[in-house]
Amino acid sequence: MPTYVIASKCKNNGKCVEICPSDIMHTDPAIDMAWNVEPDMCWECLSCVKACPENAIEVRPYADISPLRSEIAVSRNEGKNVIKWKITYRDSRVKEFEFPIRTTGWDTILPPSSSQLKAGNLDDQALYREEPKTAGSSGASGKGGIQRNNKGSGK
Amino acid sequence: METKTFDSDILIIGGGMAGCGAAYEARAWGKDLNIMIVEKANIERSGAVAMGLSAINTYIGTRWGENTPEDFLNYVRGDLMGIIREDLVYDVARHVDSSVELFEEWGLPIMKSENGRYLREGRWQILIHGESYKPIVAEAARKSASQIINRVMITHLLTDAKDSNRIAGAVGFDVRDGSFCIFRSKAVVLASGGATHIFRPRSVGEGWGRTWYSPWSTGSAYALPIQVGAKMVQMEIRLVPTRFKDGYGPVGSWFLYLKSTATNANNERYEDNRDKLRAEYGSYADSKPLPTCLRNHLMMEEIRDGRGPILMHTEKVLDTREKEEAGWEDFLDMTVSQAMVWSSQNVDPKERWSELVPTEPYIMGSHAVNAGTWVSGPSDISPPEYNWGYNRMTTVSGLFAAGDAAGGAAHKFSSGSFAEGRIAGKSAVRFLRDSGNYTPEINQETVEGYRTDIFQPLDNYEIGRKFISKGTVSPYYLYPSQGLKRLEKIMDEYAGGVTTFYTTNSVSLIRGTELLTMLKEDLPLLGAEDLHQLQRAWELVHRVWTAEAVMRHTLFREETRWPGYYYRTDFPKIDDTNWKVFVVSRFNPSDSRWSFDKVPLKGLAIGKGEK
Ligand SMILES: Cc1cc2nc3c(=O)[nH]c(=O)nc-3n(C[C@H](O)[C@H](O)[C@H](O)COP(=O)(O)OP(=O)(O)OC[C@H]3O[C@@H](n4cnc5c(N)ncnc54)[C@H](O)[C@@H]3O)c2cc1C
Ligand code: SF4
Ligand code: SF4
Repeated sequence: MPTYVIASKCKNNGKCVEICPSDIMHTDPAIDMAWNVEPDMCWECLSCVKACPENAIEVRPYADISPLRSEIAVSRNEGKNVIKWKITYRDSRVKEFEFPIRTTGWDTILPPSSSQLKAGNLDDQALYREEPKTAGSSGASGKGGIQRNNKGSGK
Repeated sequence: METKTFDSDILIIGGGMAGCGAAYEARAWGKDLNIMIVEKANIERSGAVAMGLSAINTYIGTRWGENTPEDFLNYVRGDLMGIIREDLVYDVARHVDSSVELFEEWGLPIMKSENGRYLREGRWQILIHGESYKPIVAEAARKSASQIINRVMITHLLTDAKDSNRIAGAVGFDVRDGSFCIFRSKAVVLASGGATHIFRPRSVGEGWGRTWYSPWSTGSAYALPIQVGAKMVQMEIRLVPTRFKDGYGPVGSWFLYLKSTATNANNERYEDNRDKLRAEYGSYADSKPLPTCLRNHLMMEEIRDGRGPILMHTEKVLDTREKEEAGWEDFLDMTVSQAMVWSSQNVDPKERWSELVPTEPYIMGSHAVNAGTWVSGPSDISPPEYNWGYNRMTTVSGLFAAGDAAGGAAHKFSSGSFAEGRIAGKSAVRFLRDSGNYTPEINQETVEGYRTDIFQPLDNYEIGRKFISKGTVSPYYLYPSQGLKRLEKIMDEYAGGVTTFYTTNSVSLIRGTELLTMLKEDLPLLGAEDLHQLQRAWELVHRVWTAEAVMRHTLFREETRWPGYYYRTDFPKIDDTNWKVFVVSRFNPSDSRWSFDKVPLKGLAIGKGEK
């Protein structure tokens, strides 16, 4: 189901162009709208559909692979942190689902703070906020019975 | 064309799972460093996790005593038929849990079981509501990096003018404004993902882009290091995942969590009878769990002998609304196509089975295969043969690799790729500390040569198009999509793709290499009508280099090590005596020759004899 842009809805704000991982959503200045320039390189990831504030992008099954006339609608809400799906079958059956997308507010992640790190730790195996030198196999220091082994083969 | 020059301490190529992990960890240790991510798409939704995921496939659960890194090592060794870098796998296992715990803290919804632990899908997998997995991880990377440059595709790595085995940066072009971009950097972390469309996909026509792994995984992680002479490992192994037919929905959750079963057309559970497998592959048939490739092998035999299609009995397990939701979310989070296939074909998984197929092969380092660069291991546990100073550094000084780009360690998946990115990030900071006041020196002549090469396809198109009246046929150029189809056909027919039912042999591989060489000779004739097609042109170049490595590695390994991934019909057996080794290759940039080595397996003195 590659995507297509509905002419009456597109406001040419470029959101889909910014996001498409396949670089196939482009704007055409001549029509002042976005369009899918390479449907056969569309992964149906729906990143563009989720990003379009005008709900101007829809999908239809790949014409060369699937029967037509089914629909998938999605709406993703970063305020409520949910995503809603509505799947309409070719024979008109409908399935609806809603799932959470995040448990914290957007833009709340902090960069790592190096204040807790000591310069000497740069040489050991522990990563940021891992306990250096924890004993046992969980340890970031690689204890717990591991030794160098120059002879053995990996069985 | 305008030129932009960027200077950084650490340049991360690719802002996917591994790249984001590298930025985060490098920032922790390198408070004042200039850390730059360059990404051909937009890190918000880029890489294999762009759509989201419904599970984190690598979580050890050490804090709850669920498993140990040693258990994981045993599992991965068995699954890869013995050929793994134990030091690297163990290293991922001891750092992956802390990475997953960061994801939870950042707001990734991880499902919980009644006892408060992460809800297990299988022994190593945990279930998530992962539609926003990538935007969440990208937010952490944005907070960490000094600068993120989206929509710049890297085409070549640069080595130092005075030392051809020392990394000094990279070049590429801005896909939006067409500028030529030069990056000078003291260290580079290669995190540019795996490779799809190396082999012809089962999908056709408008659905061509529907492969299981993302079509924007274009082999840059292999082509870039190969061309500067980095050693590569395991490029012969390719992943053939079993997937729902046409939609490519993954099967993990269905088998492991929902406990669905698969049968052949005669309603037989074909995986149960192992006698024949034991006769052919000895004790490997008794590995628990059965290695991914051998499970494929059993399925392929059914299909080959006419007992297909293989049926996944979803209708037997979706008996509650909860399970129905779990089944649908699995696909809506990471493979929406499967929901489309079901709805378009009027298949309600609650009511009837779906077909399974083995897909076309993919090249990658993070899944149930371990192709990629040959990297140094952690100094505390790696045997000296696998350790040249800096963890995850390739054989090119200052060039690090993680995720799909780093070979040897399989089963990293999303969480392990992020963890490995972190390992590489920290290691790069250490490398910088030790390399004093090195400043990268770039050979201007080389850079100018790359500039000409990079934009050549635009000129080719202009010239070739004016020569003809109209249409797509010109003797002066070939379109990237035509070149890609040619590549896929060669690989499919000669290197063990779908049409030969995953078989190949030396005559095929040698013939395939000849045809591939001619394709490579034709690459300077690529024609691009705009910057988007220019990106496609360079993606094709990277795929062709990847494919060449695959072809040559496959020819070198004279055995069938991973039946179910591919078969060397001239060497149909597993040959532990001669081939229980790594195949390590090197392309020599000064004389353009490939050389191959068998490198012995060195294990860690741990983890023997566990379940
Ligand atoms: C459908 C599907 C289902 C999966 N299921 C699971 C699962 O359930 N659980 C799990 O844990 N894992 C799963 N995985 C695997 C997981 O996604 C990968 O293991 C992981 O993303 C690999 O990380 P990476 O950083 O190496 O590559 P990626 O995340 O793919 O990142 C590579 C990045 O490099 C960029 N790039 C590439 N080339 C260039 C270039 N030349 N210049 C600039 N930038 C470039 C790309 O745009 C991309 O952003 C799944 C993957 C897919 C596709
Ligand atoms: S995001 Fe929507 S409105 Fe904006 S350009 Fe794309 S299709 Fe048009
Ligand atoms: S569905 Fe994904 S690949 Fe297809 S156009 Fe939209 S963003 Fe691009």
